[in-house]
Amino acid sequence: MDKTVNQKAWFLVLPVFLVVAFSAVLPLMTVVNYSMQDTFGNNQFFWNGVGWFKELLDPSTDLGGRFLASLGRNLFFSLVILAIEVPLGIVVALSMPRQGWTVAACLVILALPLLIPWNVVGTIWQIFGRPDIGLLGYVLNAVGIDYNYVSNDIDAWVTVIVMDVWHWTSLVALLCYAGLKSIPEAYYQAAQIDGASRWAVFKAIQLPKMNRVLLIAVLLRFMDSFMIYTEPFVVTGGGPGNSTTFVSIELVKIALGQFDLGKAAALSLVYNLIILIVCWIFYTVMTNAGNERKPQEGAA
Amino acid sequence: MARIDLVDLAHSYGGNDAPQETFALKPVTMTWRQGGAYALLGPSGCGKTTLLNVISGIITPSRGKILFDGVDITPLSTQKRNIAQVFQFPVIYDTMTVGQNLAFPLKNRGMPKAEIDKRVAEIGRLLDLEPHLNRKATRLTADAKQKISLGRGLVRSDVAAVLFDEPLTVIDPELKWQLRSKLKALHRELDLTMIYVTHDQTEALTFADTVVVMHDGRVVQSGTPAELFDKPAHTFVGYFIGSPGMNILAAEVKGREAKVGGHVIALNRAYDNLPSGAKIEIGVRPEFVEVVAPGPGLLTAKIDRIDDLGRIRFARVRVGDAKLAARAPAGFTSSDGNAGLKFDPAHIHVYADSLLVEGAA
Repeated sequence: MDKTVNQKAWFLVLPVFLVVAFSAVLPLMTVVNYSMQDTFGNNQFFWNGVGWFKELLDPSTDLGGRFLASLGRNLFFSLVILAIEVPLGIVVALSMPRQGWTVAACLVILALPLLIPWNVVGTIWQIFGRPDIGLLGYVLNAVGIDYNYVSNDIDAWVTVIVMDVWHWTSLVALLCYAGLKSIPEAYYQAAQIDGASRWAVFKAIQLPKMNRVLLIAVLLRFMDSFMIYTEPFVVTGGGPGNSTTFVSIELVKIALGQFDLGKAAALSLVYNLIILIVCWIFYTVMTNAGNERKPQEGAA
Repeated sequence: MARIDLVDLAHSYGGNDAPQETFALKPVTMTWRQGGAYALLGPSGCGKTTLLNVISGIITPSRGKILFDGVDITPLSTQKRNIAQVFQFPVIYDTMTVGQNLAFPLKNRGMPKAEIDKRVAEIGRLLDLEPHLNRKATRLTADAKQKISLGRGLVRSDVAAVLFDEPLTVIDPELKWQLRSKLKALHRELDLTMIYVTHDQTEALTFADTVVVMHDGRVVQSGTPAELFDKPAHTFVGYFIGSPGMNILAAEVKGREAKVGGHVIALNRAYDNLPSGAKIEIGVRPEFVEVVAPGPGLLTAKIDRIDDLGRIRFARVRVGDAKLAARAPAGFTSSDGNAGLKFDPAHIHVYADSLLVEGAA
């Protein structure tokens, strides 16, 4: 095939290159540069090669120990909130009305937590859970449950998880609801004619049709919870001890607390890489799922 | 398998107190015999899908009764009615194989596995789905999917009637014909009552032995395809069935003569008792009007164009403001665009307020 050669096109994409270079490539390269060096202040840098990366992956060093521990906590956190938010979101979506004014009311109520800024969510729960003045903390202690997220690891975890569920289940529910709404009425009528029970309808029609949106929901929630910073930082500050210190919190401690730019740069590169890889896996899975369905769409 | 009786059946989405003119389905009483193939034919919004949904139980009629073999099933749910329905778009359970799809209704009814397998194999063979039984249903073409939808109805041996809601909409034209023949063959083989909703007259006329034409929520005529063609009971039927549709002309009719714009057309029968004040029209199918060279005693018309349909040519002509279609015999040409119209008196019908009037011999 003959292609028209037109070098003028380069002038049109040049501004984009410039913007991307200054907003993404140059800062990233700065980080790469830092990750290979050590500094003792005074703007003096010493070459360290891949030393920080070696330390990062070695649990016996201070840096590696902190990184891997926080990474483990982060993965655990993501799994727990996915295990709660996805089924809960499906249940909420299934029990929502299909028509009438109640639909709008439900949607508004569900959307509310999503509209609240992260640090406000953190503050709300920080106060809500306080044993002295918070409604939740006070009531729990009043009925005899010893609850204090500042001093007890488990309480801190429960608070952070419940907060995330409160904040983000709506997103899963709204996505699922959209998936449910797109199922044509004929499917339900056919199922009725086929004598399907409520559970059979869910298994044979609703769940397979929600497939796509559920994948998106899992992807979004995983990425978001894996990068979580603000809310747990506001509520627990990563404590008690290090029990709720997630990777991003650790990163900020190293970069801004200790001003270890080299270590922090290496950590953020690895952190970034993990997220990219997970992203890529999800993307591949999703596009493949799409390819599988193509022949049917073409035929129909 | 069942005979279906509709007794004074009507449905209004706005409740029974709404004026009858707004009913989606106006009161109808008719009987569909066991083993018949029926088509509900009409344009969009004529109430045919409402009627189908009333029969399948998706809609509870606001008035009247439905009897299956004499038993009133109006209050029963879809599940208890023993009907099968094929929808406009294929309904397939995505995660299941073709075989599992077919087994689904039986599994839901708690049938033993050995029996399910037997029925599924039998229906698979009947519908030519055998080679696909273990394949995922989503991978199949639209016509195979529609067969699966149908199969899910047929596996149940107690099916009273099979309902089709424009099942060929998404099927490719050449496969449409195949699937329609398959349906006809199944109908002969299984002795099932089949009710087929469509807006496509070819589908209706080729599938059904009785075509029920609906218009504006009302059943305007129910009869064999030949009856609908030869003797439309309503001007709508005349116009809707046939391609091109029947020519309808406002006329003054007296005795054996119809006067159209001052020109007299002879009729075969005498119409002396036409209701006074009614809108009188005559209807004649284009097949029974011929364009010839203008001459004395012929209605003159202006030719707009001539459509060549291969085996037949139809001239589109104009008489005053009225547009008509007429058969153009082989070799007919017109130099100045004028032509005379020759009517076949045996096939001219007279309508009063759109309803057919029988003349006296």
